[in-house]
Amino acid sequence: MYRYDEFDHAFVAERVAEFRDQAERRLAGELTEDQFKPLRLMNGVYLQLHAYMLRIAIPYGTLSSKQLRMLAHIARTYDKGYGHFTTRQNIQFNWPALKDIPVILEELASVEMHAIQTSGNCIRNVTADHFAGAAVDETADPRPYAEILRQWSSVHPEFSYLPRKFKIAVTGAEHDRAAIQTHDIGLHVKKDGDGKLGFAVYVGGGQGRTPMVAKRIRDFLPEEDLLTYTTAIMRVYNLHGRRDNKYKARIKILVHETGTEELTRQVEAEFAALKLSGEELKLPDADIRAIENYFAPPALAERAEGWASVVAERKADAGFDAWLRRNVHEHRHPDYASVTISLKGIGEVPGDATDAQMNAIADLAERFAFDEIRVSHEQNLILPHVARADLKAVYDALVAIGLHTPNAGLVTDIIACPGLDYCALANARSISVAQEISTRFGAQERQEEIGDLKIKISGCINACGHHHVGHIGILGVEKKGTELYQITLGGSADENTSIGQIVGRGFTAEEITDAIETVVETYLANRADKTEDFLAAYRRLGAAPFKEALYGTEARAA
Amino acid sequence: MKILTANRLMDGEAVWLAADHSWAETIAHADVATNADAEARMEAIGAQGIAANLVVDVNFVDVELIDGKAVPIRLRERIRAAGPTIRRDLGKQAAHGAESAA
Repeated sequence: MYRYDEFDHAFVAERVAEFRDQAERRLAGELTEDQFKPLRLMNGVYLQLHAYMLRIAIPYGTLSSKQLRMLAHIARTYDKGYGHFTTRQNIQFNWPALKDIPVILEELASVEMHAIQTSGNCIRNVTADHFAGAAVDETADPRPYAEILRQWSSVHPEFSYLPRKFKIAVTGAEHDRAAIQTHDIGLHVKKDGDGKLGFAVYVGGGQGRTPMVAKRIRDFLPEEDLLTYTTAIMRVYNLHGRRDNKYKARIKILVHETGTEELTRQVEAEFAALKLSGEELKLPDADIRAIENYFAPPALAERAEGWASVVAERKADAGFDAWLRRNVHEHRHPDYASVTISLKGIGEVPGDATDAQMNAIADLAERFAFDEIRVSHEQNLILPHVARADLKAVYDALVAIGLHTPNAGLVTDIIACPGLDYCALANARSISVAQEISTRFGAQERQEEIGDLKIKISGCINACGHHHVGHIGILGVEKKGTELYQITLGGSADENTSIGQIVGRGFTAEEITDAIETVVETYLANRADKTEDFLAAYRRLGAAPFKEALYGTEARAA
Repeated sequence: MKILTANRLMDGEAVWLAADHSWAETIAHADVATNADAEARMEAIGAQGIAANLVVDVNFVDVELIDGKAVPIRLRERIRAAGPTIRRDLGKQAAHGAESAA
């Protein structure tokens, strides 16, 4: 893991002191709310429906046990005993008092964490594949590049007041688990023909009210040019991105309105100019390797005994067997695996974890997973390196804290934004819908019969619940004072990213679970065979059979 | 009919303007404006609350009277008055019981 150096410690400490002063002046009436609001937002402090909300950055979703214990401590001491892991690999606390936030930030700084740039029109937390450094299909660990981008973008004087917020995601694998094509910049770490590392560069992806799939503007960018090229993109966006209309201010709109070819030309011209001007930020190889060293894989001893022990253990425990099938993933070392700790218990709130659960997971990571935890953008936690021989012990410990649900990637592994239960922007509830769908499909046998299926739910068009890229997406809107839910089908956020299509009129809160069941049953009735998953079947069949099943004669008339 | 709501500066707690000009923690104590004069009066008190750094984000909420109680028309405000529908153990519904019902 990355460790703060003296500069990092000093920088974060200064920011904590600065915010403490700002908060004290606000509470003393020396600052008005208009003056204070942009300052608190720069430190991740929002005002939501019931209280303030503090969003804490978890760079590229990587946490140590010590850091997770600190989050548990904050949940217990300053909040209401739980935290909410988000689709941007961050954590949010829903109930902190403003007067306590400076002290929370001080405690966070003690474990090398902060809330800087988790809001505002700046470069936000850089996200990455949650299996980084462990995945068998990985070309290179994406986190060193995410860390380089984090350091470069932190309070970057030129890019702290962009037209709108800016999100960067990095994957190091062919199979994209970081949803890079739905980000403002997506980076795919790859090698060229000579085996040199670099990136395919995607620009202009995003969700919200105008969903767009990012365009690839560079097939291969040499590793050393990462910051120069990113600077070129940011400069083009900062200069030409719209500031007159916040709904048209993201770079996706600039890419769309300018055209990919012309935008690429502008970026390449800026890139060339930077290289000539002496402003080039060429990354020295030694610096890259130094950052890389922070992310060196743990020393994984041979643990071949796990192959035999797991066979015996899964025979004796059906729950463990199901968990192995769904929540355990291949690791680059054959004696090890990566584990998904599902924060999607049947009928539970997606992404929530109690302080006790966080502490227990921190203990598990320390004991069995080299002190490392990841947050996935799918709102689960990951233990990236677990010996197969230890899987049963990890499973048993998860059973004890109720986090053993074997549903990773299944119909109940639902992404949901906080929705109208917490969020000041939301128009409809999303968590309650997720809970009802989860309960409806909760039977393990039925879930596994349905197979891989990603349901994603947003409570407003800002799409924090990623509904546009759900195989089944659900968007909550407010119509005539009541909640109404639109269904989209066929979305995906992997290497074949697609935006889901609205299937027809919306459904009430009372109807939506039945409607989702109709969609799922239609898939089961029409799939070629069990190996054709929902998305593949939808792409083959199109929307027609689903519309027919949902709307019947109404669909035919349309 | 309208009531005036805000969030308390210190802790962000949702509050409502009461008839005695205090900021009540439950909607049951909200003063109801039934005409423009009352709204103007309440708006002025809200502005005083902002100036005194007691509250932020002051807004009127449309309500209807049901069994003599002011009930917000929008679900958003009903949830705000009670707490998360998915965690009945949290928010005003947990702290104040029936007084938080909207």
